[in-house]
Amino acid sequence: MSIQAQVHAATGDFTIRAQLDAPAGSCTAIVGPNGAGKTTLVHVLAGLIPLQRGNVVLAGQLVDHPAQGIHVPPDRRPIALHSQHNLLFPHLSVVDNVAFGPRCAGLAARPARRRAEEWLNKVGLADLAGLRPAQLSGGQAQRVGLARAAACEPAILLLDESLASLDAETRTDVRHLLADIDATRVLITHDPVETRVLADQLLVMERGEIVQTGTPEEVASDPRTPWTAGLLDINLLAGIAAGTEVALEGGLALTTATPMTGPVLVTFSPAAVTLSTAEPHTSARNTWQAEVARIQPESDRVRVLLGRPVPCQVWVTPQAVGELGLSTGSRCWAALKATELTVREA
Amino acid sequence: MTKRPNTKGPNRRPPIAIVAMAIIAVAVLSLPLVGLLQRTPWSSLGTTLGETATLEALRVSVVVSLMAAAVSVVLGLPLAWVLARLSFRGRALVRAIVLLPMVLPPVVGGIALFFALGRKGLVGRALHDWLGIDTLIGTTAGAVIAAAFVSMPFFVITAEAGLRQLDPRLESAASTLGAGRWTVLRRITLPLLAPSLAAGATLSWARALGEFGATITFAGNHPGRTRTLPLAIAQANEAGQPEAAIAMSVLLIGVSLLILIGLRHRWIAPRTPQQQSSSESSPS
Repeated sequence: MSIQAQVHAATGDFTIRAQLDAPAGSCTAIVGPNGAGKTTLVHVLAGLIPLQRGNVVLAGQLVDHPAQGIHVPPDRRPIALHSQHNLLFPHLSVVDNVAFGPRCAGLAARPARRRAEEWLNKVGLADLAGLRPAQLSGGQAQRVGLARAAACEPAILLLDESLASLDAETRTDVRHLLADIDATRVLITHDPVETRVLADQLLVMERGEIVQTGTPEEVASDPRTPWTAGLLDINLLAGIAAGTEVALEGGLALTTATPMTGPVLVTFSPAAVTLSTAEPHTSARNTWQAEVARIQPESDRVRVLLGRPVPCQVWVTPQAVGELGLSTGSRCWAALKATELTVREA
Repeated sequence: MTKRPNTKGPNRRPPIAIVAMAIIAVAVLSLPLVGLLQRTPWSSLGTTLGETATLEALRVSVVVSLMAAAVSVVLGLPLAWVLARLSFRGRALVRAIVLLPMVLPPVVGGIALFFALGRKGLVGRALHDWLGIDTLIGTTAGAVIAAAFVSMPFFVITAEAGLRQLDPRLESAASTLGAGRWTVLRRITLPLLAPSLAAGATLSWARALGEFGATITFAGNHPGRTRTLPLAIAQANEAGQPEAAIAMSVLLIGVSLLILIGLRHRWIAPRTPQQQSSSESSPS
């Protein structure tokens, strides 16, 4: 169930103009600073905010076309939305909240309840089924809200910061859950890891417009605006951990300070890496020889993209580039302290 | 109800002056009742209340007040929704007109109704010519209209306050989960409004039960049709039967107190809507 949208919409004085194309089953992440219009865009897709111009096609169905007078209301769109405010119904129990969507879709009370229990189980809250929303913690309410949207089993799932208030461990579980849902997903996020792991395409919004589109890797390696660079300026590598050793794809092994086992994600700042021409003899646990894939000068620093054996970004000063004689295709040594690495379960 | 956090600060002793004035206020409001109860002929109360005329007035009161409350709910709820949810030019004027019966002397309302709905009135003539309704004056229907006129504002302001406290995003959320308008109304809006609607309906019923001025001016004082308890009390008092007047007054006080105690504080001053206990991140 694909999404094609040409959006020109306004709420109050604020106007957004955006184009969105998402193939069926894909996951699109929308990132951007606060007030960029991300929620507005998602609410347009949901049908909560009318279009001024343009059109929205969800799963081949034209749901918005103001010029033709077409506006399909939210309840007749193939969508479910999880709002960042959760908006659980205070008068319904947790399980009745989650069963609400299936009931609206015409399921009888008992099968709807069963489906709600399944989804509560998937978000790890099966034992809270009888509680009222007011009795939940912020993280629990968020998972209930997510389960409530997912229980609709919609063709298109719209998620507005659905993982924002979860702790690290729960967040990993819920991320896996989201990765496994076969709906076309559009998610608003502030988390670079979420973006890189979940998203097939990334939309960067600023001041109501989309400033960059691409795969997360494309956008991360060439951020067009300072905000994007700030969000995505993080190296993220997948590997398999055995104790403090992490074997990365590409053959390199990194030493970390945190012992773990199994698939992990390793993140570190581009500022944590030092480059040198000769093999360094330092306290840094990790050194490797790398090929320079690209050199990109920015206002007060230079972004060096290393290619083989593992892709990563490094910030250096313009002087360092000259002193080290760095150029595209040249080789250099990289050093990275184990304590600069953050390791988390994949 | 959960206890509120202590906001009094370290000094828990209530200020004497405020408490003293509060006691005076309670005295002003309750002394007339004490005077009435003290004069009540308790031994003959049962006999007086058992008289046919009293029972008839009680029956008319119950019928008229319940019908007036029903009219208030049926017409008042859409009005409350319009006032709470739509912004339009002249909304302030409409709200003032709606609240007017609360501040007008009911007798003024009765006179106004008479000139509007009476046989020669603007609407009364149309009713006669088109619907064949001879006159509302002197009928139970007329008494219901008079009672609804004074009691509907109580329902409208309570329901409007409830609607304003209801987070409209909950209704939007329901629609994004597949609920059509009717389902949203039935499963979200009305259940969340229920306490306000119950409070408003009960208040307007209580007001209709005590209605006197508009009823006697517009609908008249006809036993079995428009003579409600308040009218019967006034009639008895003027006819030199203070015992009967007192007995019926005690009955009316008893019924009203039961309603108000049933309402309790939280229905008259509804709590703020339950906050979503989410740690809300900043909007984007």
